[in-house]
Amino acid sequence: MFFDEMLDENGVAREPYKDYHAWLKDRDRGMLRKKSREAEAFFRRTGITFNVYSEAEADERLIPFDQIPRIISAREWAKLTKGIEQRVQALNAFLYDIYHDQDIIRAGRVPQSLIANNEAFLPQMIGVDPPGGVYTHIVGVDLVRTGQDEFFVLEDNARTPSGVSYMLENRETMLHMYPELFSNIRVESVSDYPLNLRRSLARCAPKACTDKPVIAVLTPGLHNSAYYEHAFLAEQMGVELVEGHDLRIVDGRVAMRTTRGYMPIDVIYRRVDDDFLDPLNFNPDSMLGVPGIFDIYRAGGITIANAPGTGISDDKALYSYMPDIVEFYTGKPAILQNVPTWRCSEADSLSHVLDNLEDLVVKEVHGSGGYGMLVGPAASKKEVAAFREKLKANPAGYIAQPTLALSTVPVLAKSGLAPRHVDLRPYVLVSPDRVDITPGGLTRVAMKEGSLVVNSSQGGGTKDTWILED
Amino acid sequence: MLGKTANALYWMFRQLERSENTARLVEAGFRMALTRAASGQNEWTSIVLTAGCDHAYRESHDEYDADRVIDFLLRDADNPASVLSVFKSARSNARMARTALTREVWESVNEGWLVLKDLLAKPVNQSELPNVLATIRQRSAMVRGAWHGTALRNDIYSFAQLGTRLERADNTARILDVKYYVLLPATAYVGSSLDNVQWESILRSASAARAFNWQYGGETTPMKIADFLILDSQMPRSLYYCCNDYVRSLDELATIYGEEKPSADMARGMRDSVKAQTIEMIFRSGLHEYLTDFLAQNNALGGQIETDYRFNV
Repeated sequence: MFFDEMLDENGVAREPYKDYHAWLKDRDRGMLRKKSREAEAFFRRTGITFNVYSEAEADERLIPFDQIPRIISAREWAKLTKGIEQRVQALNAFLYDIYHDQDIIRAGRVPQSLIANNEAFLPQMIGVDPPGGVYTHIVGVDLVRTGQDEFFVLEDNARTPSGVSYMLENRETMLHMYPELFSNIRVESVSDYPLNLRRSLARCAPKACTDKPVIAVLTPGLHNSAYYEHAFLAEQMGVELVEGHDLRIVDGRVAMRTTRGYMPIDVIYRRVDDDFLDPLNFNPDSMLGVPGIFDIYRAGGITIANAPGTGISDDKALYSYMPDIVEFYTGKPAILQNVPTWRCSEADSLSHVLDNLEDLVVKEVHGSGGYGMLVGPAASKKEVAAFREKLKANPAGYIAQPTLALSTVPVLAKSGLAPRHVDLRPYVLVSPDRVDITPGGLTRVAMKEGSLVVNSSQGGGTKDTWILED
Repeated sequence: MLGKTANALYWMFRQLERSENTARLVEAGFRMALTRAASGQNEWTSIVLTAGCDHAYRESHDEYDADRVIDFLLRDADNPASVLSVFKSARSNARMARTALTREVWESVNEGWLVLKDLLAKPVNQSELPNVLATIRQRSAMVRGAWHGTALRNDIYSFAQLGTRLERADNTARILDVKYYVLLPATAYVGSSLDNVQWESILRSASAARAFNWQYGGETTPMKIADFLILDSQMPRSLYYCCNDYVRSLDELATIYGEEKPSADMARGMRDSVKAQTIEMIFRSGLHEYLTDFLAQNNALGGQIETDYRFNV
């Protein structure tokens, strides 16, 4: 039995959903469906689309939106934010440590191999002090829920977490469709996010910045699957959206080509991976980056957000050490729980995982987007057998977790309201001595009955996420 | 603003203007064909010439008939100047310049593209043609409306204005150039119904029939039409009006940036030279030569603006 966030075992609405449910049960189905179509037209018009990598014809597709909101009480949220804040501070401290003295390794709390084998580890970052001491300016912490008070962190996204435009546009759409709901139910606003992002980035300006910080968003370009979001964020913050070829190094600063010549940038919010950031320092074939930007960064001429090399914390093998990491740097046990994780690199764990493949979820250590994973209970015998071989060939490349009984929230399906599994990605902004968590986030929902995979690349949809005011 | 953004804005507005102009050309052609079926082929030939894509047309077609030309100009994906291709590019440029556009403007371009993509997915039946053409013009007008209602009057605005005006002047000059033989005094049989239809077609192509009648009290002579489309100071599609607007936009940019660029001088030169002539002088020295020269200058100005404001390098 799964925990449904809206209705309890007796079909009675739980506390946070009471007002919404009372409203919903009096609504006519036909009207709700009409609103769904309206929402789709709204999204098409705003152009909030994404491209799917594997499709030859890079078609623009909409992520399905479900109009039934996901609602979280003020009390639940307060507890989550405490845990998130603690975790994000620990992540930053960990990254600083890893690129400086590596105390945590010397203390024997995480193995050296974890860093040595981590593809996202950047030796060039050793000894570099990022402006303000901030590595992870923007973090998305993926949470799942299995019961009334049971929340788990599923993964940390500190590289380039995406999806925040959906958090904002989903709310816009709901406000547009059901203004009356928002006058009756007090929901925390999320619309400050772009402004907070701008301020947060400005507080991380490098020492070379002498005036009001000039900020820019760096995108791989029009054909990137998240281009809409890059343009959206730049537009909402009121900053320029640049590509590698708009930038060059001028007088020891990174500068953008404007209609009046080259102007220096202070803070760059990059949506380009480390590897493509600087062909001189990293991947020499990259056409997306800026030759020499890393040298300017090291000299304090620009802030790169998130800092190069933060990707090590997205690694799923490292994830399994997060409880130790949090305790090591904050001196307190982690408020948010990790999902129990078997590291297949360890012989005992591997044999346990191989014996129980049908019941486990197995993920690639460096994977993301729901690609290359096995959901044991949902897989066929053949798929399990094939995966078993992959796992045996490269055990260190995988971790395994129990199949969690993810909570459900109803969606408006063809047959009426139907429970579907969800997760939650709150967005966290980090600046010197400060952590801002937007009261809301992106709720992803598996649109297929019984499916536990919520990734948009795998057919998942989204919901508006309401944090109720106290 | 970024040079790249200025470039995308400038081209987005050129392309929107172009989509509308092409629709208007097809409309004028269609009307002519309905009025005098006999010389339909000639008319369609000159429409393709005016649209500036005769070369591309002949690569894939042997004959100029209504269905083929209409299809080529409205929806042929292989024709980079078709309405569908041009609107698609405009939307792509709008995505590129997204940070310089208000939400209203972006959504009107995006929605326009979605509507036109559907509308032009299949060959257009002649019975639907008037509606299709009206929709194309409306979509372009809606973007312009959103733009005028919401855009800040800053450098962003100036680049958009320049794109629109340069395309517009180019279009007016080409309409006149393709038809100049009708306007020449020697071939003008005053009062003959045949030429009235031709003249009307010229005015319609420039969306100027009604304005012309207001301005000239219904007295249709070749010289007056040319005067109207080249020298009139109130006609928003006349060459003079467009040149005047170039100067205004470039002066505004000079004020905003605190620096005047060579393109401003060029634009003033163009405006002054248009103003210095009367229509009689232009006819005497040759209308075709005059228009050819104007088109070259217009192109050169576009190039100079790209250089001055670092569109590409």
